[in-house]
Amino acid sequence: MDYTFYQQYWWFIVSLLGAILVALLFVQGGQTLLYSIGKNELERTMIINTLGRKWEFTFTTLVTFGGALFASFPLFYSTSFGGAYWLWMLILFCFILQAVSYEFRTKSRNILGQRTYEIFLMINGFGGTFLLGVAVATFFTGGNFIVNKSNLTNPLMPVISTWTNPLHGLEALLNIQNLLLGVCLLFLSRTLALLYFIRTINQEKIIQRSRKQLLYNTLIFLVFFLLFAGITLFGKGYAVQPVSLEIYIEQSKYFDNLLKMPIVLLLLLTGVILLLYSIIRTLTKDSYLKGFWIAGIGTVATVLCLLLLIGWNNTACYPSTTDLQSSLTIGNSSSSLFTLRVMTVVSLLIPFVLWYIFKAWKAVSNKPIDAKEMQEKGHQY
Amino acid sequence: MENIDPSLVDWSRAQFALTAIYHWLFVPLTLGLGIIVSVMETFYYKTGNPEWKRITQFWMKLFGINFAIGVATGIILEFEFGTNWSNYSWFVGDIFGAPLAIEGIMAFFMESTFIAVMFFGWNKVSKGFHLASTWLTVFGATISALWILVANAWMQFPDGMHFNPETVRNEMVDFWAVLFSPVAMNKFSHTVTSSWVLGSAFVIGVSAWFMLKKREQSLSTKSIRIAAVFGLTGALLAAITGDGSARQVALHQPMKLAVMEGLYKGSNPAGLVLIGFLNPEKGTYDDDTNPFLFKLQIPGLLSLMANRELHSFVPGITDLINGGFPVEDTNGIMIQALSAEEKMKRGKIAVQSLASFRTAHETGSDSLAAIHRARLEANYGQFGYGFIKDKKELIPNVPITFYTFHLMVLLGLFFILFFAISGILIHKDLFHKWKGMLWLSVLSVPLAYLCSECGWIVAEVGRQPWVIQDIMPACAAVSAVSTGSVQTTFFLFAILFTVLLVAELSILFRQISKGPDPEH
Repeated sequence: MDYTFYQQYWWFIVSLLGAILVALLFVQGGQTLLYSIGKNELERTMIINTLGRKWEFTFTTLVTFGGALFASFPLFYSTSFGGAYWLWMLILFCFILQAVSYEFRTKSRNILGQRTYEIFLMINGFGGTFLLGVAVATFFTGGNFIVNKSNLTNPLMPVISTWTNPLHGLEALLNIQNLLLGVCLLFLSRTLALLYFIRTINQEKIIQRSRKQLLYNTLIFLVFFLLFAGITLFGKGYAVQPVSLEIYIEQSKYFDNLLKMPIVLLLLLTGVILLLYSIIRTLTKDSYLKGFWIAGIGTVATVLCLLLLIGWNNTACYPSTTDLQSSLTIGNSSSSLFTLRVMTVVSLLIPFVLWYIFKAWKAVSNKPIDAKEMQEKGHQY
Repeated sequence: MENIDPSLVDWSRAQFALTAIYHWLFVPLTLGLGIIVSVMETFYYKTGNPEWKRITQFWMKLFGINFAIGVATGIILEFEFGTNWSNYSWFVGDIFGAPLAIEGIMAFFMESTFIAVMFFGWNKVSKGFHLASTWLTVFGATISALWILVANAWMQFPDGMHFNPETVRNEMVDFWAVLFSPVAMNKFSHTVTSSWVLGSAFVIGVSAWFMLKKREQSLSTKSIRIAAVFGLTGALLAAITGDGSARQVALHQPMKLAVMEGLYKGSNPAGLVLIGFLNPEKGTYDDDTNPFLFKLQIPGLLSLMANRELHSFVPGITDLINGGFPVEDTNGIMIQALSAEEKMKRGKIAVQSLASFRTAHETGSDSLAAIHRARLEANYGQFGYGFIKDKKELIPNVPITFYTFHLMVLLGLFFILFFAISGILIHKDLFHKWKGMLWLSVLSVPLAYLCSECGWIVAEVGRQPWVIQDIMPACAAVSAVSTGSVQTTFFLFAILFTVLLVAELSILFRQISKGPDPEH
């Protein structure tokens, strides 16, 4: 197996982590629904508790996604995080707020009051999800950066990747394509959260409200998803000439990638179908409560394919809009062959990790939350 | 941005220090208290005594409050390598990133998966599954510490890599050398065992408070019994591994050792300062002012610690700047130590050779590229010195490093005594009768935090200006963002973390004052 194989493999692993992260953003989506689904204190407590048992998975996946990106594509990591400083910092602030809110919210003498921690959860839900969508969209739309490795030999300004836009990432909020993905991700996370509530909360009114909201959130998600997918697939893309490694702009590059990678196309279609199937079945059949799992799998498959489109098939995975030839590809931004090999061995643990997560998830969530459980003694948020 | 502003480097350092210091307020309690809770639950599992369950659940509640804020502060650290130290992230990401990714895959998921079972699984899973989950949560946290400390240790002693001038980065060539470097092993064992000290001090302190209030006598006695044994074990191991760490510092970071000891002029044998007050009048390293107003030292002990020989030379700050003293090279041959000026000269040659290599390589001049590559490789050991403008930059802050080191050592010795006495008193059923001991126990909690933070300050301030020892100084590692941006995020973090810390302490104190759930 050569260097290219390992680069492709690690792009797959990073994409998979990104896709799992997006599916797990149902926690954030659920936080944004706290007041629209939970109409009284007990209902809100049930929502917080069903989400609170999973928030760490999302958090951990985000950190692991960052770690894997750092380790396998360090130039991508350093260019994006060091350049789009404010965009990433805002995302981080949103996530700091979440980490303490579940634990502190109802504890006595929590200084800030229960409502403040609920607002923190809202900020994390709306802001974190939307901004993550915007940040991921920049992998398609690019950033204003220049990479020059020879800069390291200039002791006065030894920085290899420099950002040319003084807004340092906030300019991404001015790009319509980025905004589309931000909104799309927000409503996808809300859609998944509603399916999750239906699956894990045993309370008729919450299930009824969730079903009603599911329709609206799905429609908004679909509109934004189709707009983003249409613009992205048929708009300009950033291609790499495989021999000269020259970067050039190609119309419908991402659509072309789909046609050239039929397995990815098939997986994408399967993902979309699974997602829509689970939503439609939940909306049309009252006794159907398991849509969350199928929708989750569909989301992972869909997002995985979208991320694979960025990196595979001679595509620039982080285009530079300032200097086209500074664009990053999985070839020029990856770690060395040795490091990728070492990490590949470690990545063989991933199925085992997924297995024990599944077992533990099932053990804690084998029975939906109900009002009685919320009134019992024990650890509760 | 045409030049890196020195204030940008300082603010980026300050931001990283701020987040690391806050993060380290919470991690050691997770590592230490986690094991104590697991031991308590093991007693419950073995005896079936519901009192052990009640005790376990009380400490577990405090564990949970602390854990959440530890997670909040931890996420920032990982991403700050990218946001504030992007040049570093490329230059050594090939080596440094791997432990972080492995940490995520191996440790974080274990922690976050089983902590949910630990808190919410009491009535949902079997006793055995629950106990296993509690142990796995702590095991995950400890494995997480291993990987992050491997990464940190590599920055202090870069090993198992080579520099590739074509990619302009360091690349890993020996994973085992990175993982099992003696610096990493010492750092990991010292950090984890010192966290056991903090966790034990916390348990004894809170239990002593209950005793002062004449509440929860049984819970307190049982808790102190476990914590005293565990704390003494941790404190003794921390002393042994601390000695190992000092030896590694002497080998790989002699300037850090000199600064830790306030040793300006080396001697043979060199004494270890037990207590000392630095002279604030001391200006530069080469002035004639006596660096100490007062010092009490143990003769020869520094030589013994540093070189494992009582009568051996330990270089001071002046010696390290001027060079010329005998030192062993990597092949074990005695040579004369290089002066800072010579190292800076060689560093500049290395940087220049890299520039020339790249030019030659791009123009296809292979023979010229080979010459420059050879020159670069010959001088790469001093590469980072090429970015140093003044040799005084090579001296870390002496007062901060000196005082934090000595405070850490003295507190470490105090804790050995404290746990030993606690163990004896609790064994003889006298602990609750000695009011002075009860108050000392309560006071020992902030002292344990102070000790723990001092350790990190020594490790990190003492290695300045290097982010990677001898290879990359902080000024070459920073991201090119505006100083104003970093100042803004610094203050935002400072305010947010402080507010959350106050909230956490308030909740923690309230939970302690409420005590465990009433007995049935």
